[in-house]
Amino acid sequence: MSTPAASATLAASLSTEDANIVARASVWSKLARHWGVRIGGAAMLLLTLIALAAPLLGTVDPTLFDPGSRDLLPGAQGEITTLEGESIKHEFMMGSDSFGRDIYSRVIYGTRVSLIVGLACALVSVFLGVLAGLSAGYLRWLDMPLMRVMDGIMAIPGILIAIALVALWKASLLSVIVAIAIPEIPRVTRLVRSLVLSIREEPYVEAAVSLGTSTFKIMFGHILPNTAAPLIVQGTYICASAILTEAILSFLGVGLPTDFPTWGNIMAEGRVQFQQFPHNVFFPGIFLAVTVLAVNVLGDGLRDVLDPKMAKKV
Amino acid sequence: MGAVLEIRDLTIALPRGADRGNAVTGVNLTVDRGEIVCLVGESGSGKSVIAHAVMGLSPKELRATGGEILLEGEDILKASPARLRELRCVRMSMIFQEPMTALNPVMRCDAQIEEVLAMHTSLNAEERRARVRRIIEEVHLPDPERMMASYPHQLSGGQRQRIMIAIALIMEPVLLIADEPTTALDVTTQAQILKLIRELQQKHGTGVLFITHDFGVVAEIADRVAVLRLGALVETKTKTELLARPEHAYTQMLIASVPSIKPRHRGSDAAAPIVLKTEALAKIYSSGGFLARKREVHAAVDVSFTLRRGQTLGIVGESGSGKSTVARCIARLIDPTSGSVKLGNDEIATMSAGALRPLRRRVQIVFQDPYRSLNPRRTVGEAIIEGPLNYGISRSDALERARKLMETVRLDPSALNRYPHQFSGGQRQRICIARALAMEPELLIADEAVSALDVSVQAQVLDLLDEIRDRMNLAMLFITHDLRVAAQVCDHVAVMSKGRVVEYGTAADVFGAPQHAYTQALFAAAPGRDYAFGS
Repeated sequence: MSTPAASATLAASLSTEDANIVARASVWSKLARHWGVRIGGAAMLLLTLIALAAPLLGTVDPTLFDPGSRDLLPGAQGEITTLEGESIKHEFMMGSDSFGRDIYSRVIYGTRVSLIVGLACALVSVFLGVLAGLSAGYLRWLDMPLMRVMDGIMAIPGILIAIALVALWKASLLSVIVAIAIPEIPRVTRLVRSLVLSIREEPYVEAAVSLGTSTFKIMFGHILPNTAAPLIVQGTYICASAILTEAILSFLGVGLPTDFPTWGNIMAEGRVQFQQFPHNVFFPGIFLAVTVLAVNVLGDGLRDVLDPKMAKKV
Repeated sequence: MGAVLEIRDLTIALPRGADRGNAVTGVNLTVDRGEIVCLVGESGSGKSVIAHAVMGLSPKELRATGGEILLEGEDILKASPARLRELRCVRMSMIFQEPMTALNPVMRCDAQIEEVLAMHTSLNAEERRARVRRIIEEVHLPDPERMMASYPHQLSGGQRQRIMIAIALIMEPVLLIADEPTTALDVTTQAQILKLIRELQQKHGTGVLFITHDFGVVAEIADRVAVLRLGALVETKTKTELLARPEHAYTQMLIASVPSIKPRHRGSDAAAPIVLKTEALAKIYSSGGFLARKREVHAAVDVSFTLRRGQTLGIVGESGSGKSTVARCIARLIDPTSGSVKLGNDEIATMSAGALRPLRRRVQIVFQDPYRSLNPRRTVGEAIIEGPLNYGISRSDALERARKLMETVRLDPSALNRYPHQFSGGQRQRICIARALAMEPELLIADEAVSALDVSVQAQVLDLLDEIRDRMNLAMLFITHDLRVAAQVCDHVAVMSKGRVVEYGTAADVFGAPQHAYTQALFAAAPGRDYAFGS
């Protein structure tokens, strides 16, 4: 309609269109204002700093022991023998275990193992789950076989798969990470697949098809970035559950070797003497609970901010 | 006649951080007994906010900050939640745009109507059933017994809207608020529903506040019209006066933007090279098979047409007519079941995906929904250069082209590094057009490309499409349900119904003397056909 009226108002209504643009606070500032993200993030930051600075926090080598300092109560003074055979004075802030090892040092070093296992499991399972989910969702011929395999994995309890896998390989950090990550893959795959199935119908994906964009570029350039928000949230939950699973494996004696300072190992060794010396279980237990809680609070906060379905509507 | 509804100086504030201070500012409006008042405005004008405030359904963030809403003298804004519950359905009722979501999908229709009676009357079960039966007959639903026993999903959109109207009117309220009640319906159904609302309103003397964005509907149903712009009333007049002599510049612009239903004559070269030719194109969806009973849906059957360079072919039809299926077959977003699609000399209907990729450049498509057509995580610049990059053009050349195209679609070239959410619907549709044009296509498909836009923005985008088609000498396939839009842009028109082309000819022939009964029905149903809009 090239009516003069319509053309004359063109410039004017373009500026009103500009006025209609809704002001949007950036995602980062929303994240920074959310209390769950603040608290969970701060706790995770603190734990990461503890893990990195473990040698500087008044700890000794967590594998050192001294028969004279067995079963000390928290805060007791005692001695510990270094690898060179020297005896040095040491304050056992969290007491010592039945071998005379410093529980404080073991708990602080245990932070490293837990955080590495949590983060690595989240990354491994998200990475593999994304590959599988994208393929199943976008390449329809792969959907059937791939998802039946995933159903198969999901049918077995995750902890059993992990125990079986660790038993198959030599127990090491890598094998524990892979063993914990594999049972988590199907859930990521299902999440990604369902997201892909709805995103692939979006007109912008069809537009990309008609622009001659290759299947690979559509999958990784158009679809994947739009699954990021729920994936990050899912990643935090996997991280929390992996930290727990690692502790369970260690506690059951099928995780990392017992000389490795992990929270699960410390608790497993302290279990026998729990009646007399509850601090053996108490301190690593507190660290484990706080870490898992922090990751989950952070995950809930991320979900509130990033997942539009959960966001408050105005 | 006394006023049923009196809105005095109503002001409703928006939450902080919105694009303007008030959703509604100082609105004065009355609805008399037995009168239909149309509240017209574009999206974001605040018309639904007013409707919800009258019903006492406003969300917490949108509470009235000033003025009063008097329903037969009683201030709704001061009424307690309990009093509001008594008033709703009994003194005032509302019907909504989307009849599917407004009805409870797991409740039978008669139970949903009866619920109102059970809540507000002391009738016994038998009396209630009789009353439900009577209202179902009154809204002209065929086969009342079957309708009463049906669930909403078993009914068509028009039938569902009739059930909604039955629920709204069973208590014979003095005020009915209709919030875009026909927007989601096809034009022939829309005409029937408008007629029904008119009939029942006259029979019961109900005052109606009818909210719409469509001047065609206004012309059909209104007694008086109030025009709303950015939350403020600009003009309130009787229908005939407003349509004949709009005073405010905004009203004049709105009415001028409504496309005329008379086709525009445009010389086109009948000997220009053929860009697209389809022959016996068909798309059949089949489900079941192996163990289940096989079901086939013929989405498109025997579709044949020819499109030459510089011409626009309109495919007109109601929802489910197969018009979008045809468009998507031609763009090869779906594979046709049989028939031929010739793009120039290349047969693309059966081409493999790999062989097709180099040819994709030549057909580009603009979709209906501007909010979903652009990847929210990519800047506008990246969206526009994506295609050219795929065909081996260097980044700097592609960006240069993108800047020029932004000027062509009348957007600021410096906005290339902004994200889609920073643009309005109309601007996004321009960006989609720029993205399509970056490929220098021979055929541009506009699949309901202006249907989601406000009428003033729609007029601008149509102008732009027209200009581009002429300047770039494109062939355009224009898919629409709107006869007015088709009349303005198309040289040839194919009318589709139930997957088949029932009428195909020049726009002048089809609009001037429709031959097929379906086309004639379509024209008869076009709202406001007696008014000469856009002239």
